[in-house]
Formats: sequence, structure tokens, C-alpha cells
Amino acid sequence: MSENIEKGSFGVQGTGDTSGFGGLVRTTVAPGSTERPYGGYFDHIADELERAYPDFADAIERVVIDRGELTMHVKRERLVEVALKLRDTESLRFEVCLGVNGVHYPDQMGCELHAVYPLLSMTHNRRIRLEVSAPDSDPHIPSLVEVWAGNNWHERETFDMFGLIFDGHPGLTRILMPDDWQGHPQRKDYPLGGIAIEYKGATVPAPSERRSYK
Amino acid sequence: MTTQASSRETTEGRVYSVTGGDWDSLVTEIGQTKEERVVVNMGPQHPSTHGVLRLILELEGETVTEARAGIGYLHTGIEKNTEYRTWTQGVTFVTRMDYLAPLFNEAAYCLGVEKLLGITNDVPERASVIRVMMMELNRISSHMVALGTGALELGALSPMIFAFRERETVLDLFEMISGLRMNMAYIRPGGVAQDIPEGAVTKVREAVKKLRTNFKDNEKLLVGNTIWMKRTQGIGYLDLAGCITLGVTGPVLRSTGMPWDLRKTEPYSGYENYDFDVITTDTCDVYGRFLIRMQELEQSLRIIEQACDKLDKLQGAPVMVADKKIAWPAQLAVGGDGMGNSLNHIREIMGESMEALIHHFKLVTEGFRVPAGQVYSTVESPRGETGVHLVSDGGTHPYRVHFREPSFNNLQSTAAMSEGGMIADIIGAVASIDPVMGGVDR
Repeated sequence: MSENIEKGSFGVQGTGDTSGFGGLVRTTVAPGSTERPYGGYFDHIADELERAYPDFADAIERVVIDRGELTMHVKRERLVEVALKLRDTESLRFEVCLGVNGVHYPDQMGCELHAVYPLLSMTHNRRIRLEVSAPDSDPHIPSLVEVWAGNNWHERETFDMFGLIFDGHPGLTRILMPDDWQGHPQRKDYPLGGIAIEYKGATVPAPSERRSYK
Repeated sequence: MTTQASSRETTEGRVYSVTGGDWDSLVTEIGQTKEERVVVNMGPQHPSTHGVLRLILELEGETVTEARAGIGYLHTGIEKNTEYRTWTQGVTFVTRMDYLAPLFNEAAYCLGVEKLLGITNDVPERASVIRVMMMELNRISSHMVALGTGALELGALSPMIFAFRERETVLDLFEMISGLRMNMAYIRPGGVAQDIPEGAVTKVREAVKKLRTNFKDNEKLLVGNTIWMKRTQGIGYLDLAGCITLGVTGPVLRSTGMPWDLRKTEPYSGYENYDFDVITTDTCDVYGRFLIRMQELEQSLRIIEQACDKLDKLQGAPVMVADKKIAWPAQLAVGGDGMGNSLNHIREIMGESMEALIHHFKLVTEGFRVPAGQVYSTVESPRGETGVHLVSDGGTHPYRVHFREPSFNNLQSTAAMSEGGMIADIIGAVASIDPVMGGVDR
């Protein structure tokens, strides 16, 4: 696990190994991009999208097939075009977007913040996933509310939790945290339970300040 | 004593604060203002808003011209917390999201973890059947709250009494099987926490019989009831196009005539082996959603009966994956003081096998590693599609857990359902979405 990740006051530190035999270092490899053929209906989706969208090769950075799921990594400036093609092309018809989820990878220089969109085609009973990334220094991703209105609250939540700014969103405000909250809690550099809370004028210190848990 | 509704001038107009019994003075004072447009804060503490939901309503007379929902009052950071615990401990957190449908949260999460581990097909059949039975029982208890509180919010008291009586029957079964009535963390990655106790199938069968009779009480009270129909028919209208663009699933989507149910379209836990119907209506209104929930109760009973038959045949089969590197080592049992490690297991690790003790200790404190990657897994919860996006970095803790909560998503449709309608109808519209604020805010 990265050193950039703030561990906060709770939970185990490191791997949690308590046996004393924890010297074994394992390298983990995230699934890389996949070559054709993808298998199943994924080839059909890629073919149809390539046909409907001539800029496919430029817009889609890579395609990953892992554990029976298809992920398309899309350039952020092309996201809306790709989304519209996926929604409106008859052979694709991804008419439902099941929201957006942020993931923060502080180690991936230049693309620390990811937004993941699970798409569902009720017409064809198929699912794919779009993944878009933005650097921490310029956390902007185009909004998809114009394409799928139901993404409104999901994008607000991702903004609230990660600080990702969805350009073109009709009202990008915090949704779960209080309006005047500082910071974005789901980021990996944000500690768990290390925040002093102000309530009705009094300040409750962070748990880490109250007594030693470490 | 005269109580006065206090008022103060702000940049946006005069703001009135009302508490308790000073409504009369408020009405008098508002009656004197020239402003036609009134903005009313309904909630977050209001008996009719289905929990700590705050509705910000712009009214002209009794007509709602704009409705917005303010949420976040129950945000507890469950997703963040899971990143600091092992994959197995995550179940204990996610079960508390949508607290009326805990088993669906657990199932969605565990199916995701199993997919990440690549052990989806190794989960024993008996475990899957128990999961299905528990989920369908949970669907009944959740629908009972939806119906009971929904009716209560519209002023019908008796259905609530019956609904909670039925729910109690189900919660008693949960207590017998898992040791807990709610938030039981019963479904675990790889199977379920422990096998169902002896005689449980018989008790479930008896309960099914009892529930089938009891459901008729509420049916007699509400189905075809003129007052109930006047309060619910044509109210909270949302058609298919609206549902699709807003990503609305569950009974609200099925009330548009769309037979979309993940148990049929993407079967999980062996749902393809059960015989049941997907209930739809085509009225797109509160009454249609109410009818769907009523009829889904019977479908759930059918599934439970079939699960009971399967459990009889699978007597003594395992309920956890065979891989001891993943299966929780503690054999749990319900004792006199609730659920805990079984005495046989404690005897083994403390007195007989040091290796078993080391194994137990390593797995419980450190947990198992999950190969890096991401998955999205879904189940059809009582409120629609519960989706879980799990990201692993190869460690013993989740890197990211995100729940796509149907309550959260569907609550967005409040505005579409109620703008242009009467203020009294917004209650019915929200109740028909059946949002659970624990799930909305997580």
C-alpha cells in the first residue's frame, strides 16, 4: 500500500500481519489492457462503437477485460461524445447510466482521480464500464447530466467526496457533507476520524487528539 | 398564553420559524403578506418524510411549483470506513447502509468480493439457497415497512399495525437463523456465517403459511379502498422515459409496465432455478407501485417455499467455500447469549491444534488477500438495483467500496413526480419511492 495513503487513527497499520512472518513481499499487478478478441458480446460492442464513432481509436485509451467485465478508458475531453454514441446507437443502446463513482489513486502521476461509470443496456441486457481520469492539479471532467439526467446526484456525490469538478453540471454543490465542509473525505490523503468537529459553537477535537490510539 | 411564530427579515424575504402549536399565528401573519410564493422547509425532522429527509418546497397556494430534496443528515462514512477493515469485516459495515434491506447490501457486497476472488462458482449450493431464502424474507420485511409507513404517512393507521405484525414474524426468523434481527452480517464472502439451525426450515414453512393468511388483512383494507385510491391514483406520475433517464429501478420502474427485475435478467445466487413472476402495472402512479409491492409478497413466498424444498434436499451440505484460506475459520453458533464462536471450535483451537489457532488468528486479524482489479456486482433489492463497485489493490483491505444505492438514485425523481401537484400528494410520491435514508446517505 502506498505511503501517500493517510491511515488515520483507526484500523490496523500495514498489512495487519501479527504472526511475525510478514516479511514476504508480494507484488500485485493490476490488470493491463486487453487485445482482441475480447470474447462474448464485448467484441460486438467494440465493433459497433468503432463503426458509429470514427474517432474511436483516439478517444478510447485502452480497453480492459477483467473478470468478465469490459472497461473502456476514455479521454475526458471525448467523454460526452462517446456517451452519446453509446446511448443513441441502435445496436448499443446503453440507455441507463448507474451513476458515477470516484477512485483516488495518489500514485498514478498525472491521472490521480478516476471517475467510473457503470452503463446498462436494458434493450440488449448488457453492461460495460467507462473510466475517465483527471490529474489532481486539474480535476475537471465533463458532466454527463445532459446525457443521463440521473447522474445529477451521483456527480454531486463524487464532487463532494473527491473534489472532481464536473464541468457543465447544473448545480454542482455538496450533497452528503455540510455545505461549508473543508476537504473531500473519500480521497486517500484525507484521514479517517482525524477531523475536529465544530458543533453549535463548541469544538470536539479529533479522536487522535483526545487520547492515544496508536 | 399567546404563542407567536417568530419571523425575521433576510435578503431572500421574510423567514418564519414555527415550532409546536403556533400555526394559527403563522397563518394569520402569512395571510397579511402580499407575496404569493412561499418556500417551505419540510423536514429534516418531519413525521411524513420517511426519515431525515428535508424537502424544500416552493408553493403557490397548495400547489408545489418546485421541490428539492436535501439529504446527507444520516451520512456516516461507511464507504470510507470499509477501507480500514478487512474484506470480511466490510460486511458488518455495509449491512448498516440500507437498514431495512441489510441482507441485500451484504449479498451485493459478497457477490462482488467473490467475483474479485474468482470463486463465484465455488460458493456451495446450500449457501446460495440460504442466501435466496434470507433475501426473499428480507424483501417481505422491507415491503411491509414500505406499505405500513406509506399508509401511515397518508393517514391510514391500521395497515401499519398489520404490516409491522408481519414484519415481526420475519424478524423472528432472522433472529432464529442468524442471532440478530437486523444488520446481521450473515452473508459472508464465500458463503454464509453459519448453517441454519435445526428445525429452521419447518419454522420458515409455518411462517410462510401464516404470512400468506395475514397478508389478506392489509389487502382487504387497502386494495380497492376508495379513500386509499383517491390518495394514490394518478399521484406521483413517472413514466418509462422518466424512469430510464433518471436511472430509476425497482417497483417504480415496474409500475410503468417494464418487467425489469435483475433476478430474471441477470440471475445471481441461482435465481434462474426458481419459479416466480415479475409483477408489473402500467399506471405509473403511487397506487400501481403499492399493488406491485403487495403482489411481490406472494412471489417472495413462492421463492421461499422452493428454497425450503431445496434445503431439505441439501441437508448437511457445506455453507462456506472449501478453501480454508478464505472461509472464516470460526464455526459460529447461536448460543444463549446470541451468536458467537461455537464451543467445539474453541475447544479445537485452544486445546487440540496449535496450527488451527495460528490459522484462525492470521485469517481473523489479517484477513485474506484479494487480487487487484475492479468489479461491479448487482442484486435486485426491494428498492431497485443495488450496485457495488469494488476496487482492490491486491491487499487485505478494500481499496474502494462504493454502493450505488437505489434509494439515493430514485429519490432524485421526487421533483419530477411532485412538481405541479398538490402539497399533500408529495407525501404519497415520496412514500412510493420508499427511500431509506440510511441507504441514501450511507
